[in-house]
Amino acid sequence: MMPKLTITALSKTFGEGARAVTALQGVDLAIGDNEFLSLVGTSGCGKSTLLSIVAGLESHDQGEVLVDGVPVDGPGLDRGVVFQSYTLFPWLTAQQNVEFALREAGMRGKEAADAAADHLKLVGLDGFANAFPRELSGGMKQRVAIARALSYRPKMLLMDEPFGALDALTRHHMQELLTRIWEKHRLTVLFITHDVEEAVYMSDRVAVMSNRPGRIKEIIDIDLERPRHYDLVASPRFQQLHRAVLDSIRAESIEVAQLGTALA
Amino acid sequence: MPAKKSPSLFRLTASITRAQFVGISILVFALLLVVWWIATSAEWVRPLFLPSPPKVIARLGELAASGQLWQDASISIWRITVGFLISTAFALPIGVLIGCYKAWEAIVEPVVDFVRYMPVVAFVPLTILWTGTGDTQKYLIIWIGTFFQQVLLIMDNVKGVPWDFINLGRTLQMPERRILARIVLPSAMPGIWDSLRISLGWAWTWLVVAELVAATSGMGYRITTAQRFFQTDLIIGYILLLGCFGLATDQAMKALGRRMFRYMAPRG
Repeated sequence: MMPKLTITALSKTFGEGARAVTALQGVDLAIGDNEFLSLVGTSGCGKSTLLSIVAGLESHDQGEVLVDGVPVDGPGLDRGVVFQSYTLFPWLTAQQNVEFALREAGMRGKEAADAAADHLKLVGLDGFANAFPRELSGGMKQRVAIARALSYRPKMLLMDEPFGALDALTRHHMQELLTRIWEKHRLTVLFITHDVEEAVYMSDRVAVMSNRPGRIKEIIDIDLERPRHYDLVASPRFQQLHRAVLDSIRAESIEVAQLGTALA
Repeated sequence: MPAKKSPSLFRLTASITRAQFVGISILVFALLLVVWWIATSAEWVRPLFLPSPPKVIARLGELAASGQLWQDASISIWRITVGFLISTAFALPIGVLIGCYKAWEAIVEPVVDFVRYMPVVAFVPLTILWTGTGDTQKYLIIWIGTFFQQVLLIMDNVKGVPWDFINLGRTLQMPERRILARIVLPSAMPGIWDSLRISLGWAWTWLVVAELVAATSGMGYRITTAQRFFQTDLIIGYILLLGCFGLATDQAMKALGRRMFRYMAPRG
């Protein structure tokens, strides 16, 4: 079966001449239809850059990004993005924020209002439709952002460390919520995180990125049964997979540390 | 800190109630008034230099009764309104433009920044040569004094719009202009309103500067003529009145802003 998203030999360099920084070099990655794939790596490895390129918000130098076999040319409604910063418009209520996206996607009137209400319900915020972002907690804001991204039915969801700014407890709630929604509705997801536990808990596969210049170093299959519950975190298999991903990332950071010593 | 100790008003980050705040503010005003009163009634200063509060109030009352006060004030208020609106009408589109587009910033910003540092007062003789001593010259001085500041403030307001807001618009495939109108502008609006409020305060200063130097009417003109007749009570009365006008417009814009951007403050 053709993958939903195919990335081949993707390279990206920022700047020019002596100050040029190669962020990505020869990235190959394929995500299947309705697959949940997490991309993990040390900070600055280029994982967010990769997501931006897939979203069409950033250009690339070489290689190809295909969605359903069609090359990506700029951003599009087929790829919904959830940013790390809460991108809710402060002048609109939760309901209006979701409706904003739906209207831009071409939906009108009552249809848009109903769809927005449905998706707020999906993330458990039906009681907060008329609240302004100022009145919502960080976790709630991000739930609205997820509802908004899901509302116009993109082919895939791109999530850039969406829970990175949340406290540990809220983050766990959000992971469970997203897992529950995903298991019920199934969607192709590219999820960026530096939280290994989060990646293992939610994903079908975890891709580990190397240090700059970033490329896909290893892909680890997460063969944990679904539906998943948080008790899973304590299971030996989870621990094993967690360890495997962590070791893979750590090998990278040790390399950096050694390089640092060598230079000193 | 022990719980029983009542927190001091003068502690870092200490908050006080609205009533306390207003009470303290009024107290300070009252105190200044009392000091002024005592200083004049005890004749520590000559009445010619500093007339007593009752004398100032009596003079203002006299001018109000004769209609002179209203005539002077209405002329000045008209001038600042027109001058400020013209300035804002120029600054708003240009500020937004250079806040959004780097190329436009390169064209406009260095020039504006340069002019901004030129002393406005030095333009007074030049503007009189250009346009005479009529109202146009007053508008021009207000414009020179506020426009260049406004442009830079508005540019910064627009630049403060989070990039991810714009990126979100792009992922929704919104055209650039639509992103500008439906995301950038509403997002920058509270900040822009605040910038306008601040620049209106400066506009009052430039208005009086223009009226002091060459005018045949307005509050600044009345102050200049009063100087000739040693009417310090009128001068001080008008200065206080100008302060009141400035404060009133500032508070009015603040209140209006709170109404327009109600979503910024959490509902009680």
